[in-house]
Amino acid sequence: MRWTWIDRFVAFEPRKSAVAVKNLSLAEDHFADHFPGFPVMPASLILEGLAQTGGILIGHANNFEKNVVLAKMSAKFHREAVPGEQLTYTTTLVDLNDTGGRVNGTVHVGDGLVAEAEIMFAHVSPAQLPPGMPDAKFVFSGELAYLLKMAEAATGTAKPA
Amino acid sequence: MTHDEIFAKVRVTLVDALNVDDNEVTPTSRLKGDLNAESIDFLDIVFRLERQFGFSIPREDLFPEAIFQGDPKFVAGGKITESGLVELQSKMPYADLTEFRKDPRLDKMEDLFTVDLIVNYLESRVNKK
Repeated sequence: MRWTWIDRFVAFEPRKSAVAVKNLSLAEDHFADHFPGFPVMPASLILEGLAQTGGILIGHANNFEKNVVLAKMSAKFHREAVPGEQLTYTTTLVDLNDTGGRVNGTVHVGDGLVAEAEIMFAHVSPAQLPPGMPDAKFVFSGELAYLLKMAEAATGTAKPA
Repeated sequence: MTHDEIFAKVRVTLVDALNVDDNEVTPTSRLKGDLNAESIDFLDIVFRLERQFGFSIPREDLFPEAIFQGDPKFVAGGKITESGLVELQSKMPYADLTEFRKDPRLDKMEDLFTVDLIVNYLESRVNKK
């Protein structure tokens, strides 16, 4: 399974905010088990999408040169999200320094608030990584970075290659 | 800002960052031992204090890491030596070492990170301005 829990960035303002959307489809495997006959988006996966949106914002601020790990999160849920809905993940940078960063995030379906969270990320040096973990800057390799490039191209903030 | 006013702000910060009750946060509370802070919480606390007080706080100022760097001059047999204590006091000038000096075990060092340590540090910063 691919661990990409956003479909597209719709707005990206470096060091300020990032907005992404995620369409929920009944074809996603997890809906079969969560729950049989009553498909709702698992709260943890909603937060994963929000964290990916915010993590990109933090990583981008340092040109993706630092490892960014999710360190701490507090969240509040207001309602469930179901297949057929589109989640909008909005994250705003609150703090950023050498040791890490913090974002505030909301998840909406249309105007309806699904969840809100405060997410803290830590910058870790290669030496601080757990044993066996590659120095891969985590979420930034691969698909998410590609999604961001697409967003940058769309908004005209992309640097020439 | 008085000492009490700073303490009140620090208390709010710790209640938010560590999910503890108001009355659990006293001047002598130890961040790890009493308030169950984990290492990542120290980063969170620094962020929140910076917002509350409006100045930047280098993490080493408040929560220095690797003070002794495994130097045998400073640590021997799991205990901090006399010159280690001098080094410690210079790296953590806001910590009260009175109790710690009686049994300066390395594994007891985390007890130095108290609410008072934060308040004393912030008081010195606020008054310098």
